[in-house]
Parts: sequence; C-alpha cells; structure tokens
Amino acid sequence: MSRYSIVSLARNALNYHKGWEEAWRSPEPQPEYDVVIIGAGGHGLATAYYLAKEQGVTNVAVLEKGWLGGGNTGRNTTIIRSNYLQPESIALYELARSLYETLSQELNFNIMFSPRGLLNLCLTEHEVRVFRRIVEANRIAGLDVRFLDAAQVKQKVPIINNSRAARYPLLGALYQPRGGTARHDAVAWGYARAADALGVDIIQNCAVTGIERRRDAVSAVETVKGKIKTKKVAVVAAGHTSVVMDMAGVRMPIESVALQAFVSEPVKPMLDVVVMAGAVHGYVSQSDKGELVIGGGADAYNNYSQRGSPPALEHTAAALLELFPCFSRMRMLRQWGGIVDMSPDRSPIMSETDVKGLYVNCGWGTGGFKAIPGSGFVFADTIANERPHPIAEPFGINRFAAGRIVDESTAAAVAH
Amino acid sequence: MLLLICPVCGAEGDETDFQYGGEAHIARPASSTPEAVSEADQYAYLHVRANPKGLHHEQWLCARGCGKWFNATRDTVTMEFKAFYKMGEKPPRTPRTRSAKP
Ligand SMILES: Cc1cc2nc3c(=O)[nH]c(=O)nc-3n(C[C@H](O)[C@H](O)[C@H](O)COP(=O)(O)OP(=O)(O)OC[C@H]3O[C@@H](n4cnc5c(N)ncnc54)[C@H](O)[C@@H]3O)c2cc1C
Ligand SMILES: [Zn+2]
Repeated sequence: MSRYSIVSLARNALNYHKGWEEAWRSPEPQPEYDVVIIGAGGHGLATAYYLAKEQGVTNVAVLEKGWLGGGNTGRNTTIIRSNYLQPESIALYELARSLYETLSQELNFNIMFSPRGLLNLCLTEHEVRVFRRIVEANRIAGLDVRFLDAAQVKQKVPIINNSRAARYPLLGALYQPRGGTARHDAVAWGYARAADALGVDIIQNCAVTGIERRRDAVSAVETVKGKIKTKKVAVVAAGHTSVVMDMAGVRMPIESVALQAFVSEPVKPMLDVVVMAGAVHGYVSQSDKGELVIGGGADAYNNYSQRGSPPALEHTAAALLELFPCFSRMRMLRQWGGIVDMSPDRSPIMSETDVKGLYVNCGWGTGGFKAIPGSGFVFADTIANERPHPIAEPFGINRFAAGRIVDESTAAAVAH
Repeated sequence: MLLLICPVCGAEGDETDFQYGGEAHIARPASSTPEAVSEADQYAYLHVRANPKGLHHEQWLCARGCGKWFNATRDTVTMEFKAFYKMGEKPPRTPRTRSAKP
C-alpha cells in the first residue's frame, strides 16, 4: 500500500493523477481461510482490520454479496455519539468514539471525523428527567456530557423554534461536545484499504448461500464463487442476519425493518452542530457540501426491500419543520432506505453461538455507524481468542434467555 | 405504501389506517406452573422471530375501522399482501418461499 500524503498528492498531480494505484485488490477466493467474515459493511471490515492488525490473524476473507460499504454503512446519516445510559453501552460506544478521533491517522485515510458537537433536544418533561440522568451516568464514566437549558440551546442553534406556543416546547438538551459525524463511505474504504494491505482478501460480488456444519462446528461456507473451507465464520450481515444465520440453523432475535434518510439542496452554513429530537422522531446535521442530512424513525413492519414508505418520510419532515420553520421552502434532493437489524433491547449482539466457530455481530439497528471501530476491535479479539472481550461480554446472545438485557430502548428513547 | 383490507369489516386503507403487530401464530408456552416453562422456550416466545425474506404471516390492527386484530400474509421483498384472514384462522396455503436471493 503506498501511503497517502501531501507528497504523494503532489507527485500524482504532476503526473495528471494517472499514477494512483487501486486502493485494494480484487482477489479470487482461496480454498480455505482461518476466518471468513460474511458482510463487508463497516463492522465486517473493521473486524477484519483488527484481526490482522491487533490479533495477527491475516488469513482472513471478507465476503460481500454486493459492493463493500453498499449496505447500511453507505446509507446512514453518520451521527457519532456515546451518551448512552447503561454502563455497558457507554463503555462500547465511547471506545468507538475515541477510536474515531484518531482513525484518519490510524488508517492513513481521511474519514473526515467532525466532532462538531451533538444536541439531544428535550421537548418533554420526561426527556428532561431522562437526559439529566444520562448526564450523571455519563459523568460517572468520565464523558464530557452536559445539560443545556433552552436559552443555551438557542444560542448554539439560532434557527431553532423556541416559541412557547410550539406543540413541543424546547426545554433544554443533552450536549456532547465531542459527538459529531464522519464520512461513512470513507470509513468503509479506509478499513478496506488498510485490511487489504495487511493481507485480508476482500471478495465482492460473492454472496454466501450456505454455511456448512460438521456436527456442532462450522466447516465451510458455500458461495456463488464456490465452497470455501474455514473453522471460523463471523456473520456481520446487518439486515440479512436472520437469513444468513438460518443457513447455519440458528434462529435469531432480530427483525429487519426499513430506515430512511433524505438530504436537501445545498445551502449556506446554517447549522454547525448535530441536532436530534427523539420525541418527534427527527434529526438533522449539515454536510460539508451544505446539504441538510435528515433522518427519523424506522418503518414499523418487517421489510427487505431497501425502500421505505412515504408516511415515515412525511412524519420526519413534519417533525423537522416544527423545529426549524425556516426549512419549509427547501427542496429535498434525494431519499433512500436501508434495512436495519432490530434487536429486542435495541442493543447490539456481539457473540459466540451454540455452533462452534460461528460468531455473530448484529442488532446495531438504527445506530451502528458510530460503533464501527469499537465493535470491530472487540469482536476481532473475541474471534481470535475464542472468548468474549470484556466489553463485548454483556452483549452476548444469551443475555435474552438470562434476562440480562441492556435496555437502551426505554433508556435513551432516541434512535441513532 | 402498503394497501390493506380488513377481513373483519372490509375497510380498505394504507398503513396509516392500520397498526402493525408483528409476527403471527407465536404460541405462548403453555403451563399452569410458569416456572416449568424452560428459559429456552420463554426466550423463543418473547424474542426469536422468523423474520423471513419472503412470505411473512403477521398481525395488523384495524385501527381506524372496526378495531379488531387480524392476520395477513405479506411478501417482505415486494410488499405485496397475499392474504388477509381472521384471528384464530390458519394461514392460507402459500408456496414456501423461504427465500428470494440471500
Ligand atoms: C437511513 C439510515 C440512517 C442511519 N443513521 C445512523 C446514524 O446517524 N448513526 C449511526 O451510528 N448509525 C446509523 N444507522 C445505522 C448504521 O448504518 C448501521 O448500524 C451500520 O452501518 C451497520 O453496519 P454493518 O457493517 O453491520 O452493516 P452493513 O453496512 O449493512 O453491512 C452488511 C453487509 O452484509 C452483506 N451481506 C448480506 N447478506 C450477505 C450474504 N448472504 N453474503 C455476503 N454478504 C452479505 C450486505 O450486502 C452488506 O454489505 C443508520 C442506518 C440507516 C439505514
Ligand atoms: Zn376492520
């Protein structure tokens, strides 16, 4: 891998940019690997990278049915925060957030991490109470998270509607100064390039069609490019988790639903923080291009179509207009959907399974982009050492039967 | 946009006129002594879902019509409803399509 730097940029500029080499290889699959990862989204690619970098396991393949980063990793609204309520979640998401701080240097790829600050608005008394509790929980864990009153929020976001006549009056906000955004594609591309350089084979257009078991252990995967032998399979397939795990005969506590987002035409800078409003199901940030990046709640019903429904979009637009009346005449440029993997407690699953050598990483639902570096780091450790990393341990699949759920659904009451 | 017809009162509408109730035909593990229900059975009942890519038997509430719950069979890839049927009825016979492409 040739390093990206100001020097390489200058050298290639003199050469009319004809000298850039491909960022990663496109190899044909080998007959056997030590670890086969199914799904080249952010979580699968980060797992491969940390397996090679931290665990010294380089005989690894990442199999992707489409193109790398073409799933939810390339479809999300890129919000990064770690202001969760439960200590298990704080440990996981703050590990990820802190890795994002230096990820561009780590990967030698500009992932455009922008810790511009993030506001979770309080629009109901209930949220004021919950978010005040989260502030204390976060401070115990050493995070810089504060409570802002309505006047302080108005100062940070002058375009917000703070009229007392609003249906949901602005009461304050949970503020994480080092929360923000990053470029989603760059995260996938950066991990792919760095993993490839360490010897990982990333094989695109290679759908897995079966998982072969010998008694209680995995022995191979069937793919559209033939059979690949392996003793360890890591399923990191987001919305397709149930389908892929079914190939190994494991039923999952996951439901796949559509989540949508849309962006506006580009406008002059008007919003320099991320604003989330869980009570009305809407959130927004402004991209470097000037587009407003807008998301909201998921559709209710099981869906594999990668398309959401108009009522959900309308709901989100209505929520945002209530908060930002000045958006009312803006045109929306494009809209899309991704199929997200919802777990019962809205916390992820990073786990061994009853099948020896079969690992699963899923359940990130509407909010797993922010977790990519941390998830990859602890999941790689779990796979290599065949026991859960301490940060992954509370997120085992056995927590549901044991009643040890990590409940962020009622705790945070917000998506993403 | 989903288009539904209530098999109880005949009301037609889109998904905003109805309310989704998740997978149908999940039986609660029966026991007069709750502690006799195994953790595995209770887990399967509470949390494990078929979540198929293809035909899904599911529950809907006729929220702006008669107020009754009913069942439906829908393709989760095309969003097309194949059948609407009442609570307590068995799903209509449909070809097993446990998968479009994985
Ligand atoms: C509209 C939207 C907005 C979001 N906003 C945010 C946000 O602001 N902040 C945040 O933190 N999170 C957000 N999320 C969630 C976040 O995008 C996901 O949690 C995260 O990207 C999941 O990454 P992943 O690697 O697990 O999945 P993916 O990126 O979906 O990767 C899974 C891969 O598995 C592949 N695959 C599936 N089946 C097979 C098979 N049989 N064989 C081979 N490959 C297969 C798929 O093609 C896919 O590429 C959002 C999601 C959406 C849809
Ligand atoms: Zn009815």
